[in-house]
Amino acid sequence: MRILLGALFTLLFMVNAWAQDMKLAVTTSFHNSGLADILLPAIEADTGIRVQLLVVGTGQAIRLGQAGDVDAILVHSRTAENAFVEDGSGTHRREIMYNDFVLLGPQSDPAGIANSQSAVCAFQVIAGKKATFVSRGDESGTHKKELNIWALTGYNPADFESWYRAVGAGMGGALNIASAMNAYILSDRASWLNFKNKGELALLFSGDQMLFNQYSYLPVSPDKHSHVNHNLAVQLEEWLVSDRAKQLINDYQIEGEALFVFNAVPE
Amino acid sequence: MTDIWEGLLHAFRMLLALDPDLVEITFLSFRVTLTAVVIASVIALPLAALLVVRRFRARRAVIAILNALMGLPPVVVGLIVYILLSRSGPFGVMGLLFTPTAMIIAQVIIILPLIASIAHQSLRELWSDYHDLLISLNTTQRQRIVTLIWDGRRALLTAALAGFGRAIGEVGAIMIVGGNIDHATRVLTTAIALETGKGDFALALALGFVLIALAIMVNIAIHWLTRTETEGRW
Repeated sequence: MRILLGALFTLLFMVNAWAQDMKLAVTTSFHNSGLADILLPAIEADTGIRVQLLVVGTGQAIRLGQAGDVDAILVHSRTAENAFVEDGSGTHRREIMYNDFVLLGPQSDPAGIANSQSAVCAFQVIAGKKATFVSRGDESGTHKKELNIWALTGYNPADFESWYRAVGAGMGGALNIASAMNAYILSDRASWLNFKNKGELALLFSGDQMLFNQYSYLPVSPDKHSHVNHNLAVQLEEWLVSDRAKQLINDYQIEGEALFVFNAVPE
Repeated sequence: MTDIWEGLLHAFRMLLALDPDLVEITFLSFRVTLTAVVIASVIALPLAALLVVRRFRARRAVIAILNALMGLPPVVVGLIVYILLSRSGPFGVMGLLFTPTAMIIAQVIIILPLIASIAHQSLRELWSDYHDLLISLNTTQRQRIVTLIWDGRRALLTAALAGFGRAIGEVGAIMIVGGNIDHATRVLTTAIALETGKGDFALALALGFVLIALAIMVNIAIHWLTRTETEGRW
């Protein structure tokens, strides 16, 4: 019986916690790009830090940082990031790299957005034609970008009828739904290229400055949460802005397309 | 349909190659769920026996609550455990969030009412047979509980297996409290959700088949160990 209890406790508390472990909340779009699989082994080899990724939406990533449940966050929503630093949850905001968003839709392009002048025009066409559109609807960075564009079109998503589907899912889940419904959707390029259930969806519009997607790294403040592993968070930041990271990020390609552009500036 | 065949083939290939990532997440699934079932049973089975042999005022209320909690939504359990274990929550200092321990805690809460309810149901029938005998032997309450649990062990095993079944396939709660961290808290169900999100249905299905196989193997192993189907025993 004692052996049994001992075994039970080992099972219960056998936690793989190492001194060099840190927790980083990242967005689904970053994780789906596959870049993490390149960067994490390199980070461990160079610095000895084992980064444990929590893959969530930007909204939840920020909540995790505010509660002190992670040591740093890597997200892409400027307004939310600034608010995060202002309320004292994060020490500062460091821009690391960017990729871009793309507008996807059925190959036949029933609304005809492929030759639009700008992202805003393309959105106006979709709303005008009431073409089925899938929205993330989960307060993620991608969702916030979509809402920013809608705000510029003069339309208000709250007034949209049933052609506008807010699905409340991650990037992959939303892409699956768009693929099944043959709907238009805004996605980051990386998730799209890595997505394996494309169906009849195709990339219809991209390249507008408006669609650039800046990723920033924000360490959680040790003043607010004394238990966070701030040293490791700082070490990781130094690595992320290093030349080695620059090379790995710029060289990362899927199907011959570069996905990310490194744009961290030395301090 | 082709996805399903691809999934099956993929599952076989991964099993034959003993894919190290697959072994790791399968082992973690097994470890988390088995620990949760053992802990929940240690609490639930005596509780069920106590509810049978002892008449007290709140008894009916406790039984009704246990029955109602069988349908507890895992996502809600996950959220509550998350808030309790979060660094800004009451048990935050223990640093348990996003560890297998947190996942075990959530699963214990989910399956405890289920095991207790099923166990209570079967022990109640047993008690109606044993009632007169145990009373006439002037047994203590403790002896009655022990007798019921021992003689009803096969039915209780079914209760525990039902709990195992619910916990091994659960994804909502452990996704929230575990965080699906690679090499730390990723289990079969959360990996399936992740691969579905990536649109890789073949891999997601392959993991699903591994999960089903694991559940079947555990059930067969338990039945074999306890020789349920042997003649001369009930």
